[in-house]
Amino acid sequence: MSSDDLPDQGKIRPAPESFLDSDLIESISRHGVDHRRRGLLQSAFGAAVAAMSGAVVASDQDILTLPEWSRTLGKPVAANPYGQPSIYEQNIIRRQSPGLTQTDQASVAFTPLQNMFGMITPSGLHFERHHQGWVDIDPRRHRLMINGLVEKPIVFTMEELMRMPSVSRLHFLECGANTALEWGNSAVPTVQYTHGMLSGSEWTGVPLSLLLERAGYDKGAKYLLAEGADGSSMTRTINMENALDDAIVAYGQNGEMLRPEQGYPLRLVVPGVQGVSWVKWLRRLEVGDMPYATKDEASHYVDLMPDGQQRQYTAIQEAKSVITAPSGGQKLQNRGYYNITGLAWSGRGTVTKVEVSVDGGRNWREARLDGPVLPKMLTRFHADWVWQGETALLQSRVHDSTGYIQPQRADLVAVRGTRSIYHNNAIQTWRVKSDGEVDNVQLG
Amino acid sequence: MCNWARWLLAFGLMVQMPSAFAVDYPAELWQLGREATSEEVAAWDIDVRPDFAGLPPGSGSVEEGEILWLDKCSVCHGDFGDSNEVFSPIVLGNVTDEDISSGRVAALTDPAVVRTTLMKVATLSTLWDYINRAMPWNAPKSLQVDEVYALVAYLLQLGYIVDYDFVLSDANIAEIQDLMPNRNGMTTEHGLWSVGGAPDVVGSACTENCEVDVTVTSYLPDYAMNAHGNLKDQVRDYGPFPGIQTAPVEDIAAPQHKNDNAAPEAALAANGCSGCHGLDRALVGPAFTAIKERYQGQDAAAYLADKIRNGGSGVWGSMAMPPMSQLDGETLEELVSWLLENN
Repeated sequence: MSSDDLPDQGKIRPAPESFLDSDLIESISRHGVDHRRRGLLQSAFGAAVAAMSGAVVASDQDILTLPEWSRTLGKPVAANPYGQPSIYEQNIIRRQSPGLTQTDQASVAFTPLQNMFGMITPSGLHFERHHQGWVDIDPRRHRLMINGLVEKPIVFTMEELMRMPSVSRLHFLECGANTALEWGNSAVPTVQYTHGMLSGSEWTGVPLSLLLERAGYDKGAKYLLAEGADGSSMTRTINMENALDDAIVAYGQNGEMLRPEQGYPLRLVVPGVQGVSWVKWLRRLEVGDMPYATKDEASHYVDLMPDGQQRQYTAIQEAKSVITAPSGGQKLQNRGYYNITGLAWSGRGTVTKVEVSVDGGRNWREARLDGPVLPKMLTRFHADWVWQGETALLQSRVHDSTGYIQPQRADLVAVRGTRSIYHNNAIQTWRVKSDGEVDNVQLG
Repeated sequence: MCNWARWLLAFGLMVQMPSAFAVDYPAELWQLGREATSEEVAAWDIDVRPDFAGLPPGSGSVEEGEILWLDKCSVCHGDFGDSNEVFSPIVLGNVTDEDISSGRVAALTDPAVVRTTLMKVATLSTLWDYINRAMPWNAPKSLQVDEVYALVAYLLQLGYIVDYDFVLSDANIAEIQDLMPNRNGMTTEHGLWSVGGAPDVVGSACTENCEVDVTVTSYLPDYAMNAHGNLKDQVRDYGPFPGIQTAPVEDIAAPQHKNDNAAPEAALAANGCSGCHGLDRALVGPAFTAIKERYQGQDAAAYLADKIRNGGSGVWGSMAMPPMSQLDGETLEELVSWLLENN
């Protein structure tokens, strides 16, 4: 469809698939367009164009004909004792990127950011990243041990942890490898796969500082090892500075217990730090005086630089933003007003400003920040846009409370090369083509 | 100083400090939790640090390691640790004598060279710790201490770091650390460890007529647009931005309403079966199609149900299949019938 065919905003227009019935689509796809089928096509388009032209405004049958839900008794309470999304939302799910991993246990399922609103990720859509599968742990048999440089090693049951003073805080969680596929070139089609290892949740639990105090931790210790109870017993070294500042030993997520895929019944929350350090199924914390060089900070989660050196113990997620709609794989149906929307966050502090460009970064204007703007949490932004059918290059750029500004991809690659896998926080570009289709592109 | 400021000074700590224990908690709080016994600490404190603190005494030879490797590890990693079928290669024989001498793997600057574990890892403790805590893939923490030594020794030999007659032990492991090919290949000179760290790249604040190259240098070709499935089905279809139809129109089936309990495939994934069995290729265990081929037409349903429920080994190789005791009868029956008839 050329841009000339795109209608202006404000006219009644059925969805494009409604122009043609499925038999005709099937017939054309099988046999091509011959004289007879061209005639059928023309009459179908003619009717549609007449409906759009405004000359004759047909009344809406969805208004005139009462739908069945207005004429029937609804379902009883507790028909779904644990509520489920509408059946019309069944495509809005976590998805894997085909071929990304060879096993389903050491793999990723991405959050469908293109379909989401606000700053909270529904727990069922929270991305999954496991290293050796996920487990569902009996909370009665789960323990947390704190040992190492402490006065006395301490063991807590879940009952004890849940009796203690608790905090609930909103924080983003981003995998260090989020956007890893985009270092070299445009590799995946939608924001689900480019940025979908990202979530925002309310986390409830005990401040880690309180538990360390309980164990009588060595005030000179600079490191903490966190270890999981699953088969992989995943371990990561945590900076004591983060541990004492705002880290939480969490059992709650968005008002309920953690989901098993998120570490039920206990996970570490280290705000601003990459997801791999938020150790799931947390069973042990060890206070130490040197970093631990665990597998996921010695073989993986090391950032290879062009000189062959690997940056080790990279943890902080620097400020980043992305437009989630319109984004790759989506299609603008007509010209006129659009609300560009997206997410911004910073592991070092608070989002102070988000700017949006529709010309590939030549000109920028400030977006509206929506909702409470909180430290180390997702911030939703919006920007008005009137599209006239031109090709556009959409970008967003975040500033944070440290004065940091999100870099263009070319600037980031100039320093870090294209093989570092982790911590790609470059500006993302979506191209809106003249037919309204949006795709994932890289510039210059 | 006015009165309210005095008041704040006097009580400010209680109302302003965000840190949890700044609050004056009742002493009873500090009675929650109990001291761990030394036996409990020993049972869980299994980590081994780069200075080998935590390493239990023991030893294992390359030769013993090779036997263990072929028995428990090669099915995923290949006989020589070189397979990329299931995981990234551990060793590909591309670590040179110069690397061992310098402690920097030169090939890490070459984009054409596949990065292996032995090229990347600087610390020998990492290999010992990880194998001990997480391997084998489907039976973590089942290895004996001497077996871990032996497997690490075998990997070191595959990388030509030690000879075939080598025996690794707690007594000589620190010397071998000094031969790790990439022991000097890590840097902590970056701003990403601490929240106050300095960034290496900062974006521009320019807002008008900025000098940027807006040439499109990369995009997905049309043939790749459908590689992640039909994008139309991954976006809400009635909002302002429906998804692009990327699948050929004739391939469109009726809308798929996902039901995790309906398809045996879902049960296979949910119960961890597909972690070790591929549909038509062997991973840790045999391919599902191979199982069907062997047992189809025989009265094997009860036999297979028992093997799945209680585990077993020796039929397809020495790698043990763990018991799948969590399966309910109905799911088990469904899986067995699918294995024998429909896969």
